[in-house]
Amino acid sequence: MNALHSTAAPPSSAAERETAIEARGITKIFGAANGFMALDNVSVAIRRNEFFTLLGPSGCGKTTLLRVIAGFEPPTMGVLSLNGRDISQLPPNKRPVNTVFQNYALFPHMSVANNIAFGLEMLGKSKSEIKDTVTEMLKLVQMEHLRSRRTSELSGGQQQRVALARALAPKPEVLLLDEPLSALDLKLRKEMQIELKRLQHETGITFIFVTHDQEEALTMSDRIAVMSAGKILQVGSPREIYAKPAERFVANFIGESNFLNATLAGDSVTLDAGGRFTVTPPEGVADGEVSVLVRPEHASVRAGEPGAGELAVTVETIVYSGDATTLHLKLATGETFKAKQPNAPAEAGVLPAEGDSAALTIAPGAVTVLKD
Amino acid sequence: MSEASLTTAIVEERVKPAKRRRAYNVRRLPGFAPIALFTFFALYAPLSILVFYSFNAGTSLAIWEGFSLRWYQQAANNAQVLDAAVRSLLLAAVSASVASVAATMAALATTRTRRFKGRTMIYALINQPLMVPEIVTAVALLIVFAWIKVATGYTGMIYLIAAHTAFCIPFCYLPIRARLETMDDTLEVAARDLYAPPLKVLTRVTLPLLWPGIIAGYMLAFVISLDDVVITEFVKSAGQETIPTYMLGQLRRVVTPEVNAISTVILVAGAVLVTLFFWISRGRR
Repeated sequence: MNALHSTAAPPSSAAERETAIEARGITKIFGAANGFMALDNVSVAIRRNEFFTLLGPSGCGKTTLLRVIAGFEPPTMGVLSLNGRDISQLPPNKRPVNTVFQNYALFPHMSVANNIAFGLEMLGKSKSEIKDTVTEMLKLVQMEHLRSRRTSELSGGQQQRVALARALAPKPEVLLLDEPLSALDLKLRKEMQIELKRLQHETGITFIFVTHDQEEALTMSDRIAVMSAGKILQVGSPREIYAKPAERFVANFIGESNFLNATLAGDSVTLDAGGRFTVTPPEGVADGEVSVLVRPEHASVRAGEPGAGELAVTVETIVYSGDATTLHLKLATGETFKAKQPNAPAEAGVLPAEGDSAALTIAPGAVTVLKD
Repeated sequence: MSEASLTTAIVEERVKPAKRRRAYNVRRLPGFAPIALFTFFALYAPLSILVFYSFNAGTSLAIWEGFSLRWYQQAANNAQVLDAAVRSLLLAAVSASVASVAATMAALATTRTRRFKGRTMIYALINQPLMVPEIVTAVALLIVFAWIKVATGYTGMIYLIAAHTAFCIPFCYLPIRARLETMDDTLEVAARDLYAPPLKVLTRVTLPLLWPGIIAGYMLAFVISLDDVVITEFVKSAGQETIPTYMLGQLRRVVTPEVNAISTVILVAGAVLVTLFFWISRGRR
């Protein structure tokens, strides 16, 4: 098995050359008897220089996958390769991969500069090279003024920057980030999101970022893998994941969703509540009963009787949230529906009141057929 | 930013006492003060008397005849006391050192490994010497060492060192393990991630952070060894007096304030060590 991989021809096609990390059939089971399957046959290819996010709820296996890539957990089955080379058997200290830990894990007995120098020292770099790189890294994360501080004297945001500098200093092929922003307050988190994007851009290093925060994933990533119960459900750009989720779980996890029952016939879907839409159904979905997704912001409501192409609804609750108003509606079928309307500068008064009958319009192209 | 957080800290500091006053307070329970006072009296009155009479000019332990340092001088010039003191210190230093090394390895093996079957059993086995009555251990060692002495003819210090090391190990193990358990083991993972091979992780991250625990364990073991009578009395060969066994021997003859003087010195030395122990284990968290 191993011999087969090592004798394989070096990757030649452009697509293959672009892959940094490739996981093939990675399975991780914790505990021998009736073990817990944290990763279930996961295969994914992560491209070079990409900001790749593993997104999912806690316990979905995203951190385990990260730890397998770092080498902290050996996979029960499967092959992990970096630039076409099988690294499944390498210990973490022999992988050109560094990690930014959720709690930063800065060495408390060392200064900021010594923390950043640690990886370089272990790689046997010369004193002068270490000094130069540390200075460069401190500049990169804007921490030059704190180089000789103890790490315990730093604020959370500063510790975050030191952890980034320490992991970037050895110039790894891949940087792994395990929910690094979760301990920061909202304002600092927004700042660090931009900072991380800048660092990724400047260093050209592949970032693999783990988060459970869908908004963070959407704003930062080049591509996102949505995970649930040890499996990757969908991989795609933020736009693809949001606009064309393949499964109900993905749609539900990312953004607000309305799920409606419908009947599919070819490229046309008819909602049970009424209305016919042209769709591109995903592969493997047969004609007949299906679930469809409509995002709340892709529907509009007006007071009055429904006309042609409009659905009759009853307004149940109205929630005002500053930039928008969300109307909770009941369709003729008894299904619930949320419609989100951007708020006009002046009180337009076109919105119905709670308890009113109203007319709902779903924008053409807003209906997505789901696999399940 | 730091100014703001400082202000918050000050404000919180001011608010806290007010909150505390409202909380449940055992000091308000009836009899609290008398019980506390009596306990402190019971703990420290005998010691105070002992220290007081160590400065007695007369030979009595009960009749004060004026201040003098004569018993300190006498103890310092007593060849037997000096011999015993040197032996005690040497024994404590060697035993505590060996025990610290063994306990550090044991603590690493029981906290920095994947959970294995029988780990709880290992804890129990390491700490067992704390539960076994000292007199039982002493008799057991007496018998075993007697065999070895007969078989080899060797009667040197090694028996005392072995015995003291053995009962010191759990005292070293406990603070070291406690320290390891409060230490974040992602630090070691991080070091590994930053290209440190396992031995470098130990020398560059684990041991420097564990150091306060090891020092604390060493000091505790040192004091315990210095203080031991029962096991030493059973294990020592002829002429191998330590300070405690020497004093015990003196009590069988004429008791003079010399014993008080020696006790006072040990008391002070012990207090200094325990204070250091406390500081070191509290600081550098």
